[in-house]
Amino acid sequence: MVWVNAVVQGAMLGGLYALFACGLSLMFGVMRVVNLAHGDLSVLAAYGSVAIFDSFGWNPFVTLLVVIPGMAVVGAGLQRLVLDRALRISPLAPLLATFGLSIALENLLLQIFSPDPRILPIGNFGISSWQLTSQLSISWFGLLTLGVAIVVLVGIEAFLKRTRTGQAMRATSDDPATAELMGIDARSVYTVAAMMAMATVAVAGVFLAMRTTFTPSSGPDYLIFAFEAVVIGGIGSVRGTLVGGLLLGIAQTVGAQVNTADPILAGDLFFLAVLVLRPRGLFRSSVLA
Amino acid sequence: MESIDVHYGDFQALWSVSLDVAVGRTLAIIGANGAGKSTLLRTIAGALYPSSGSVRFDDRDISRVPAHDRVKLGITLVPEGRRLFPSLSVEENLKIGGFARRSGPWSLARVYDLLPLLGERRHRSAHQLSGGEQQAVAIGRALMANPRLLLLDELSLGLAPIVVQRLYEVLPDITAGGTAVLLVEQDIGRAVAAADHVQCLLEGRVTLEGDPAELDRAAVRTAYFGI
Repeated sequence: MVWVNAVVQGAMLGGLYALFACGLSLMFGVMRVVNLAHGDLSVLAAYGSVAIFDSFGWNPFVTLLVVIPGMAVVGAGLQRLVLDRALRISPLAPLLATFGLSIALENLLLQIFSPDPRILPIGNFGISSWQLTSQLSISWFGLLTLGVAIVVLVGIEAFLKRTRTGQAMRATSDDPATAELMGIDARSVYTVAAMMAMATVAVAGVFLAMRTTFTPSSGPDYLIFAFEAVVIGGIGSVRGTLVGGLLLGIAQTVGAQVNTADPILAGDLFFLAVLVLRPRGLFRSSVLA
Repeated sequence: MESIDVHYGDFQALWSVSLDVAVGRTLAIIGANGAGKSTLLRTIAGALYPSSGSVRFDDRDISRVPAHDRVKLGITLVPEGRRLFPSLSVEENLKIGGFARRSGPWSLARVYDLLPLLGERRHRSAHQLSGGEQQAVAIGRALMANPRLLLLDELSLGLAPIVVQRLYEVLPDITAGGTAVLLVEQDIGRAVAAADHVQCLLEGRVTLEGDPAELDRAAVRTAYFGI
């Protein structure tokens, strides 16, 4: 039962990782950009939510109504002002540009919010759970996180598969020059993709802030988890990202059962094992790429 | 289009090339490898901008209009090597062709009528098709844009003659609706048979032009190879 519990808790933690990984996967899948500021942008969203909570006392869930559109605008700005320009220099330039952005954001947040750890209080909901047996309980918040992750990722996959804009996104991901010849403005496709990615980053950041404490320098940790989830699932595959996130979460909690001292290590080992055995990830054929 | 020069960096690919395609007519550009044929089509489609001269469409200068906006005006390119979207199905590829939502006679149903093979394979992934089938998808995809000027780059490249024959058989159905066709070929016989007018390119310059009936084989050979 201990193991069942570990897997269940891991799946719920993995839901959060999948949410983090979703935006990274989308941006890589559509514009082949590795966004190293991904983790810091989610921490930015978390602080946005904290700032609204501090000033107006809104319920943390309600702050999403502001933070999601706000981050979408940040995404559009990021694409138009930074990534578009960097992509014109070389395929590697966005990597450097987002690395710089990551450092700048971290220091900016440090200046404004101080290094003290913060958390978004969600009252009893954060600690109440559904007690199945004496050893197995499911936290409502964990279940909600997992549910939101599934809805977001399945929603994005359906969007890419079924909608006109989604199909244009896949075509642009395959071959931007030919997409242009079909009447698709690659730049606006990229902007929509960046806005969607940052909207998911907003959700991930706020859910992180409700789950645990964070500081301005928390970003890179979650960037690594997001990376691992994306690589485990298969780069560019949305469905793979969901599974990758869940497996990473499970590997960490099961690892914690074996060796309580370092749960993260188990996740990293699992990630390395996937890299060695299936370097292209578990889901090779995918919606994107 | 008038006296176009096109450069790739310091290299000049086209030297003062002019041409004109009228509604419902077919112009063929022939020439050897590296003569500048694809460059010419890509300049008209907007993938390249001319360094001097102008591309005019309906008396409007479109030399600096980006490729995706030219599709809205009615200029569509079937690129060399097909360039289908491999992660999309046949039908999705066709739908992407209609992305600009230009109104006109062509729809999914009419494309499937013209190229019945595509209907049978609509749910297949584009990369699972044979070369000829892929070329048919590429043509169908371009028709979905309801083009007024259809640019065809090396339709016959890498395909069996019988397949090429079938692809060329659909051309009259396309021009019947008033669409002008500008096609580029290495296969002189094929191009001359399909066209109302022929121009020959050699090293970026027009070396010969005329109606197919007037063209003399020896003159074509000289214009084509430069010997």
